[in-house]
Amino acid sequence: MYTQGLDQKDSKRDDADSPERLAAFQARVDTEEKIEAKDWMPEAYRRTLIRQISQHAHSEIIGMQPEGNWLTRAPTLKRKAILLAKVQDEAGHGLYLYGAAETLGVSRDQMVGDLLSGKAKYSSIFNYPTLSWADIGAIGWLVDGAAIMNQIPLCRCSYGPYSRAMIRVCKEESFHQRQGFDILVSLCRGSDAQKAMAQDALDRWWWPSLMMFGPSDAESKHSAQSMAWKIKRFSNDELRQKFIDVTVPQAEFLGLRIPDDDLAYDAATGHYRHGEIDWDEFAAVLAGNGPCNRERMAKRRKAHEDGAWVREAAQAYARKNAARAA
Amino acid sequence: MNNTEWPLYEVFIRSKAGLSHRHAGSLHAADDRMALDAARDTYTRRTEGVSIWVVRSSSIVASDPAENAAFFEPAEDKVYRHPTFYEIPDGVENL
Repeated sequence: MYTQGLDQKDSKRDDADSPERLAAFQARVDTEEKIEAKDWMPEAYRRTLIRQISQHAHSEIIGMQPEGNWLTRAPTLKRKAILLAKVQDEAGHGLYLYGAAETLGVSRDQMVGDLLSGKAKYSSIFNYPTLSWADIGAIGWLVDGAAIMNQIPLCRCSYGPYSRAMIRVCKEESFHQRQGFDILVSLCRGSDAQKAMAQDALDRWWWPSLMMFGPSDAESKHSAQSMAWKIKRFSNDELRQKFIDVTVPQAEFLGLRIPDDDLAYDAATGHYRHGEIDWDEFAAVLAGNGPCNRERMAKRRKAHEDGAWVREAAQAYARKNAARAA
Repeated sequence: MNNTEWPLYEVFIRSKAGLSHRHAGSLHAADDRMALDAARDTYTRRTEGVSIWVVRSSSIVASDPAENAAFFEPAEDKVYRHPTFYEIPDGVENL
């Protein structure tokens, strides 16, 4: 998800960043020193982080929608309480991340505005629909599983506030993945119809989950700088491979079939080889033409507009009390 | 677009009695009470705290990293402030 923002090109020029300052900055990063909010940093480093962290935050916020879709239809009260806690966590993750991005000098209003106007992106994965309860299991297992692969290296990111936010997120994300797997275990131990539901969810979520890691290394031309700055630690393909290697045995445990005819274990390398990813689909979803792009944005905008009077009322109340106290 | 952004608060949490409050992150709130409630919901969903402080970010006075050398340097040449500076003669104990 979550590092798709690092694959975009930064084309601005920064004449103010002298070579001496850039070299001193790189030396700090190379010795694994953390960069903090008020420290000098190259403008491109700042912009890259703002783009990456805000996209990450937007992904958490939009990510509440596909799961929220099943809150009122969870099969038991226990499942409902758990899902509610998970969706609340996503909101929390969004807030940690907006907070981290704001330390770089961008305002919350600016970021929210960019999301609502469509200027800012969020992870491609949330533009797919949740058609059955099994999808909630698949999201936790696969989507959050892929997110964890991406996010654990981000805990060591060179930018202190982002790194600290990610440590907090990762602690909570592990619950998300296990609750998803737990849903699928129940379904796979259930009736044939329930197992078929689980298989159907895996069929639809497998490939979009692999796309979450972003374009293949051959196509990911702009991530070298993020690697040098230690924002990004592993390449897209490395993380994708790691994810496949840990997930295939879990699918086997569930007795589900991964929808990839070319998937095969390569004893020589110890890795699973996988089939070709449909990058045209990925490009279409990023361009706004996934199954749910419009729905997600429309819902986000409506929620923002519907909440306007609450924000205004809270502010009016705060002003009135401040005036009384004065 | 709502361009009257709520003020920014910094959140500090004491994870258990006996430990100091520690910076957890920040949030926006219309007033102090809302900041405290939002801090609870945002930063202590898993009993991470027994006490929360919130303070307007604008009220924090911070040292400037660009001035670090001048600001912290005076402490660096006073090694005699550390016990390891002193040599203890052989045979002396409990010092």
